[in-house]
Amino acid sequence: MNKDFIRQTFVGLKILLVMTVVLGIAYPAAVWGVGQVAFHDKANGQIVSQDGKDVGSAIIGQNFKVKDPEWFHGRPSAAEYDGLASAPSNLGPSNPDLLKAIKERQQEIARTEGVDVSEIPADAVTASASGLDPYISPEYAALQVDRVARERNLSASAVRALVRDNTSGRQLGFLGEPKVNVLRLNLTLERL
Amino acid sequence: MNDTVSGLLMLGLLVALLAAVYAPVGDYMARVFTTSSHWRIEKRLYRLIGVNPDSEQTARSYTLSVLGFSLVSIIALYLILVGQSLLPFDRGLPGMPWEMGLNTSISFVTNTNWQSYGGESTLGFAAQAGGLAVQNFLSAAVGIAVAVALIRGFVRSRSGELGNFWVDLVRGTLRILLPVAFVGAILLISQGAIQNFGDHTVHAISGGTQVIPGGPAASQESIKELGTNGGGFFNANSAHPFENPTPFSNLLEMFFILVIPISLTRTLGTMVGSRKQGLSILGAMTFLIGAAVALTTWAEVGAHSQAARLAGGAMEGKETQFGTWLSSMFAVFTTGTSTGAVNASHDSFTPVGGGTVLVNMMLGEVSPGGVGAGIYGILVMAILTVFIAGLMVGRTPELLGKKIGRKEMTYVALYTLSVPAIVLVGIGAAIARSSTTDVMGNPGGHGFSEVVYAFTSAANNNGSAFGGITVTSDFFQLSLAAAMLLGRFIPIIFVLALAGSLAKQGKVPVTAGTLPTHTPLFAGLLVGVILLITGLTFFPALALGPLAEALS
Repeated sequence: MNKDFIRQTFVGLKILLVMTVVLGIAYPAAVWGVGQVAFHDKANGQIVSQDGKDVGSAIIGQNFKVKDPEWFHGRPSAAEYDGLASAPSNLGPSNPDLLKAIKERQQEIARTEGVDVSEIPADAVTASASGLDPYISPEYAALQVDRVARERNLSASAVRALVRDNTSGRQLGFLGEPKVNVLRLNLTLERL
Repeated sequence: MNDTVSGLLMLGLLVALLAAVYAPVGDYMARVFTTSSHWRIEKRLYRLIGVNPDSEQTARSYTLSVLGFSLVSIIALYLILVGQSLLPFDRGLPGMPWEMGLNTSISFVTNTNWQSYGGESTLGFAAQAGGLAVQNFLSAAVGIAVAVALIRGFVRSRSGELGNFWVDLVRGTLRILLPVAFVGAILLISQGAIQNFGDHTVHAISGGTQVIPGGPAASQESIKELGTNGGGFFNANSAHPFENPTPFSNLLEMFFILVIPISLTRTLGTMVGSRKQGLSILGAMTFLIGAAVALTTWAEVGAHSQAARLAGGAMEGKETQFGTWLSSMFAVFTTGTSTGAVNASHDSFTPVGGGTVLVNMMLGEVSPGGVGAGIYGILVMAILTVFIAGLMVGRTPELLGKKIGRKEMTYVALYTLSVPAIVLVGIGAAIARSSTTDVMGNPGGHGFSEVVYAFTSAANNNGSAFGGITVTSDFFQLSLAAAMLLGRFIPIIFVLALAGSLAKQGKVPVTAGTLPTHTPLFAGLLVGVILLITGLTFFPALALGPLAEALS
């Protein structure tokens, strides 16, 4: 074996050990320290409580099933909103399984919301990238207002006001898409 | 405001930010690698590891240092991954099986970050922060060091030495990556990226429980982008709300992905004493990445696929808040830089969108490429360009005052051929196995594209995937590990040999016969050569995969 190679490799081992302490322990610990002090809630995942119980994270979606009509529904999820299994469907753009799934979702939503298929926005019938998407489009939320109001014996305008409260526009006015936080919206409904 | 205006404003803001930091960051990096003064803490470190920081290495010794360091890195990371149950914060998870451990350790040491596992279901926090994130820094610093050694090959005259690898490694880590990653991590936390050490079970109001995953995600996320690594803390990578919580964090992550590869062209220009040279290289890179952004955005925003037309938008595998614009941009930047982080499912992209990000990797990761790897990759292509131009006009090719002779061209040719050869041999071997059709996540041409994408991504050290394919069989774990290893170190060996041979030469004076290489004309020629090489190599594979799908 080449002598220089062995010597260099040994130096490499020593530097790796030092760097593991600096980059693998000190660095994440320092970020943790600053994060916990400056952004305590965010660094810990924005856990939301209701009636003294932790009920979710404000930015992790939950499974409000289509067969439970009293809730606003989130997007289809390839992970079934399992917090430990984030994943997209990875179905290709012309995969017959995907085309079939989209058609079935459209028909189900058309039936439950009493709307025409052409009125259903894309986010309602497609699975997200994370499987934990906490948001839906304002269009999809609007579609669900009448049904939720009916199920909960509320006026449609009251529900529409709640949707408005839980809608955020583009960040800083131009970044990203407008969105409705489904868990927060359902929590405010539950508080009524 | 409509989507188009918002999309163009986001792109414009990103370009403006990069333009604003281009000169200061590029010049800072040039100073880092040329100054003779050491920080006090660095001096203590050099004493501890027994290195004289003022000594220099030959190309051979520099290469041996890179290889030796990477070897111990692979072994150490492997031991951490398979033995993680012995470490603290293991979340009660077992060690990785050996094939997965080997694949993952090679993946992170080669700056690829290909992942055959889901982070939140497979790894404890010690393995992530103390194993993977450490290599996110160090593999990036190795790439920058090799690039700087090649630049020194052009700068130096009649010298046998290329600098000191250990000094380059330490400075790249402590003076460039660590401070920026730290600030980046805090900014990401301000948007909602998490940094804690515990999972949290909650009781859903609709019934049942949900585990809200914890972990030191923000500290890993910032270096994952800055070092063009790409390995997600969570399985969904930068689509996960805890890694990439808002459109602003998404913009920030795209900025981190691009800032070092782009600014290194300035570092090149400053170090060789011709800033215009840096700009002409940047021009070629910008043209290629700009075309890819335009094509992918057109396909995704315009919903040019069967599924997208049916659904009324290409939103399968995309997050609501990112939409088609931010997903398209992120996909192009992550594949153009060998990062491989994803904020959307590339597998579900439209045929033209998915095909474009695939071609982006096939270009050899030079638009603008990974940290360090992009600039040494495009300099090799620049040598090929002056050689071809020289043949056309019958003159000895030169680049930056160095003659390109037989020896240099041999290294360039071997560099250019090695990665495509690894890709095509890998695809061939996989397709020859009858069991491969079973692991594809999609039928037909798209399933074939998944295999093409996997080997292209591995050998070019990108790490993103058409994720529908199942790659946990022994064959894929080991063949992709081999592709990553060879795709990283064979080119590095040729680059450093090339650097050594250039450094030994004297400078030749510029004459009327010298092809100027700092002009837009040269940038255009360079783009042409890159597209030609890629087209000739990969057209058959593209015709069977994405092209067939786009036309059907």
